[in-house]
Amino acid sequence: MSRRQIAATAVLVCLALFPFAGVAFYTELVAKVMILAIFAMSLDLLVGFTGLVSFGHAAYFGIGAYALGLMAPKYEAANLWLTLPAAVLAAGLAALAAGAFVVRAKGIYFIMVTLAFAQMFYFVFHDTSFGGGSDGISINVKPVASIGGFMPFDLSSATQSYFFVFTLMVLVFIFLRILLRSAFGKALQGIRSNEHRMLSLGFPVYRYKLASFTLAGALAGLAGYLSALQFGFVNPEMISWHQSGDVLLMLILGGSGTLYGGIAGAFGFVALQELFQSVTSHWQLLLGGTIILLVIFLPGGLASAGGHLKRVLVGDTIDD
Amino acid sequence: MTDPVLRTQGLSRRFGGLVAASDVELDLHRGRLHALLGPNGAGKSTLINLLSGDLAATSGSIKFKGNDITRFSADRRSRLGIGRSYQKTNIFTAFTAFENCRLAAQSRAPRALRVLGDALGFQPTCDAAHHALEAAGLAGRAGDIAATLSHGEQRQLEIAMVLATAPDVLLLDEPLAGMGAEEVGRMVALLQKLTPGHAILLVEHDMDAVFAVADVITVMVEGQVLESGPPAQIRGSAAVRQAYLGDGADT
Repeated sequence: MSRRQIAATAVLVCLALFPFAGVAFYTELVAKVMILAIFAMSLDLLVGFTGLVSFGHAAYFGIGAYALGLMAPKYEAANLWLTLPAAVLAAGLAALAAGAFVVRAKGIYFIMVTLAFAQMFYFVFHDTSFGGGSDGISINVKPVASIGGFMPFDLSSATQSYFFVFTLMVLVFIFLRILLRSAFGKALQGIRSNEHRMLSLGFPVYRYKLASFTLAGALAGLAGYLSALQFGFVNPEMISWHQSGDVLLMLILGGSGTLYGGIAGAFGFVALQELFQSVTSHWQLLLGGTIILLVIFLPGGLASAGGHLKRVLVGDTIDD
Repeated sequence: MTDPVLRTQGLSRRFGGLVAASDVELDLHRGRLHALLGPNGAGKSTLINLLSGDLAATSGSIKFKGNDITRFSADRRSRLGIGRSYQKTNIFTAFTAFENCRLAAQSRAPRALRVLGDALGFQPTCDAAHHALEAAGLAGRAGDIAATLSHGEQRQLEIAMVLATAPDVLLLDEPLAGMGAEEVGRMVALLQKLTPGHAILLVEHDMDAVFAVADVITVMVEGQVLESGPPAQIRGSAAVRQAYLGDGADT
């Protein structure tokens, strides 16, 4: 096993054992971070592997969340196996529709157009009553995982809910790893590296970008659904540009183009947030400053920290 | 005489008041290497860009195997079988030489949108990449990152990538620029080997190489075709001599 595999295994074991550490509050917090990790990994598919910097990725996170909010009956439990795929599908379709326009734009224009679409979605939910306006929607009863009466797990239990999120995070990671090794994934990385040459080699670049945008949106929708499930409410803030900015910061913090950087970034971001919030009410200033310093001194993000640390401790060696 | 694989009629491109290519008539035949000569700014690269779809024509038409492709996008033309190389090396610098060619070959592979199978496990594409690297003389550098290759090797990779897409038409924009003598010799041999199976358009400043490999030579000046014919005719042409060769304007 390589060092990286050992580190990954250690992290997985820690996460799997965490709910048994006996700190209930942190179980929910870590579950929240893992949801954000799914969100950040979905953005990494765009930013780190297709070269599309989206500043409106929260739109699809929010649509996944709202899908549950709108589908859940007021006094009964929604069925997980129906609402979860429906939420992922809704977010994917929204990304497909928006993507058909935005992936035509390049560079800074792409950033602005993704933001514009996200703001459009934001105001649709904020200024109309069908999604509860600025108050959003409460999900009074958590969805159940019932299959014809049989209940494999209970989402109202914080521990079981934690393992559900944990499993999905691992599955999303594995899915993206496989995807990125496939012909499709290689083509996306080619587009990030040299879009012009991809065209002249015969790749229909527009379709590849659109597929990537749609898939990233669908996975963000999964994260949004899980977030709505965990917290029991949805509101327009989930779609706001703050949320889009936060997930982009997580990715920058963790290191884009690595997948596990999204996970590291989500943990790092929330840890810094919690730490600074406990110290001062001006925590955002500290968080921003810390991120700037990290970008300057650790341009590869937290994902590259291991290699740097090794170089500092044992001198220059060839990184495996 | 066979029908041309690629034919242009009245092909023109304007940039504002500048006519970069004017009324160009050109036929490319399978089995013939067609060289394009002319001083800098004569419109040679513009013509290649028009044929590959990197630039849209202002007027005129381009036919590929009898079908009008004037309005086709660059990627669609590439999939039809029109491959091009670039004057300025245009490769995936962060990928290995092999991956550069594998990606090129992948564009021809069926089921290119497969999302679950390992791309490296698809043998036909990998084989095509290795063949292309070998043909371009880069077999020994397959595993090296493209950015670490020498300038000449990057030029070879540029050609290997086009070959990996198995095109019918090769549009080569100064493939020999920046190559050492040994590499030029190998590339000339490669061009001669490729000619029977392809229709080739070669833009090149190396006169010795051009006259060694060309079956037909077209000379362009200021966006227009000055003269077109077999090498002997071009060599003997007073107009060409005056407009181009005789001026000492060779770059």
